[in-house]
Amino acid sequence: MKCQCCKASATIHITEIHDGQRVETHLCEQCAQKQGVAVKSQIPLNELLTTLLSSKKGNQIDTISEDSASNHSCPECQMSYNDFRKEGLLGCPNDYEAFGDQIKAVIESAQSQNDTHKGKVPKSAPEKTKKQVEINKLQQELDKAVKEEKYELAAELRDKLAKLENEAQ
Amino acid sequence: MKPSDISNNISEWFNGSGPRADVVISSRIRLARNMAGYAFLSRLSDQSQRQIHDKLKETILSLELGEKVWFIDIDGAPAIDRELLIERHLISRRHAKGKGPRGAVIAKSECFSAMINEEDHLRIQVIQAGLQLKKCWEKISRYDDLIEDKVQFAFSKQYGYLTACPTNVGTGIRVSVMLHLPALKMTNQIDKFMNAARDMDFAVRGLFGEGSEAVGDFFQLSNQVTLGKSEMEIIEEFSEQIVPRIIDYELLAREELIKNKAHLLDDKIQRALGVLKSARMISSKEALFLLSNVRMGVNLKRITDIPISTVNELFMLTLPAHLQINSGSELDADGRDLMRAQIIRGKLSLN
Repeated sequence: MKCQCCKASATIHITEIHDGQRVETHLCEQCAQKQGVAVKSQIPLNELLTTLLSSKKGNQIDTISEDSASNHSCPECQMSYNDFRKEGLLGCPNDYEAFGDQIKAVIESAQSQNDTHKGKVPKSAPEKTKKQVEINKLQQELDKAVKEEKYELAAELRDKLAKLENEAQ
Repeated sequence: MKPSDISNNISEWFNGSGPRADVVISSRIRLARNMAGYAFLSRLSDQSQRQIHDKLKETILSLELGEKVWFIDIDGAPAIDRELLIERHLISRRHAKGKGPRGAVIAKSECFSAMINEEDHLRIQVIQAGLQLKKCWEKISRYDDLIEDKVQFAFSKQYGYLTACPTNVGTGIRVSVMLHLPALKMTNQIDKFMNAARDMDFAVRGLFGEGSEAVGDFFQLSNQVTLGKSEMEIIEEFSEQIVPRIIDYELLAREELIKNKAHLLDDKIQRALGVLKSARMISSKEALFLLSNVRMGVNLKRITDIPISTVNELFMLTLPAHLQINSGSELDADGRDLMRAQIIRGKLSLN
């Protein structure tokens, strides 16, 4: 089937009912995007992030970034949050701390609302770090168990967690 | 290493072996790491970039990989050599175009490679033929441990491994499988696959060709979320849930084509073979497209006198940088199309 606008092959088919009248629309992906009925399908990560960062819709990221804190620079690499918004890449590992809640919001948008590492820890990392990641993991499992109403498992996890947190003190 | 050391053969991961090789060409895992105590690339002084380069080069070359390992100075390499490495999935386009001291380490089998000073200080990757993500992980995690014995990586207890782009933070892992899905494409079901993949936060890209456009029914599926899930969770999601389901859909579509539309299928396959066997000039894109149909024909046993290895070989050897390095001369577009057609005719007429 051909696109109604440009004669390319149509991949998006819409059926609408207006006043009992059935109206069919056939569009190619590009024309569908132009008309706002479909979203661009292959957005490279960086582009997505830049769009996210520069979004002007007054969302959470933007409200925070309008704050004076945006001009606050990382003491180690001198990058400001505004620089990061423009460039899309961070300047040094310390930026993750220096940009605080602003970077946290970016991470959550890019990482499907996750904000805590779960997984491999360098062997050379301090014991305290290893314990913390283990605690993160248990906490996540506990939240899941509660959500799924598996209370027996939750109790078990809670005890483990308490023990670890005690040790980490 | 000379580029011609590798350009005459195909990469081991592309030799058509491995589990589920009729649909899954290869599995790949890469890890992004940065050295603690240094800025990321965009804020790094020339001197520090050199220090990182030297330290990581020395460290990775000292790993006992059990095979020959090459170091390539990407900053000093001719453009055509860099292009060859891109075509073989050993470095990224970004790495080829970067600036300052940067390099690549490549194991002879090409199953392991590393990029030094790309977007992050270090990116290592392991590729295996077929669906073998767990094997990739075992290997790459071991190499990661060995590197870590000598280098301290930037790591935070909150966010995990710290990377220049927040889209990689956490595990720093990118898990990808390269899929050949000609029957899903032929039966117009590929959009369903793409949409489902995107709904689950996966990225779909093309395997060959410029940019992300999928040419010749090859797709690369990879994870987007790197934080909040462990490496094993990400890998298992792939190799136990998502990929087997896609394989099943593709195989079902192939079966149905044979059962209900064998004449259409054979027409497509034989036309592709006919053009490849007789064309005097052929573009890269057309070759990929037709070879994809022939590959499906071989996998479905509609073509029996051409081994799958020959088809796979042609995919790689007919890419622009491969053509030029193997012919020993710089070729313009017409020259490449002529050479490409000649190589394809040569290989296919042998059978």
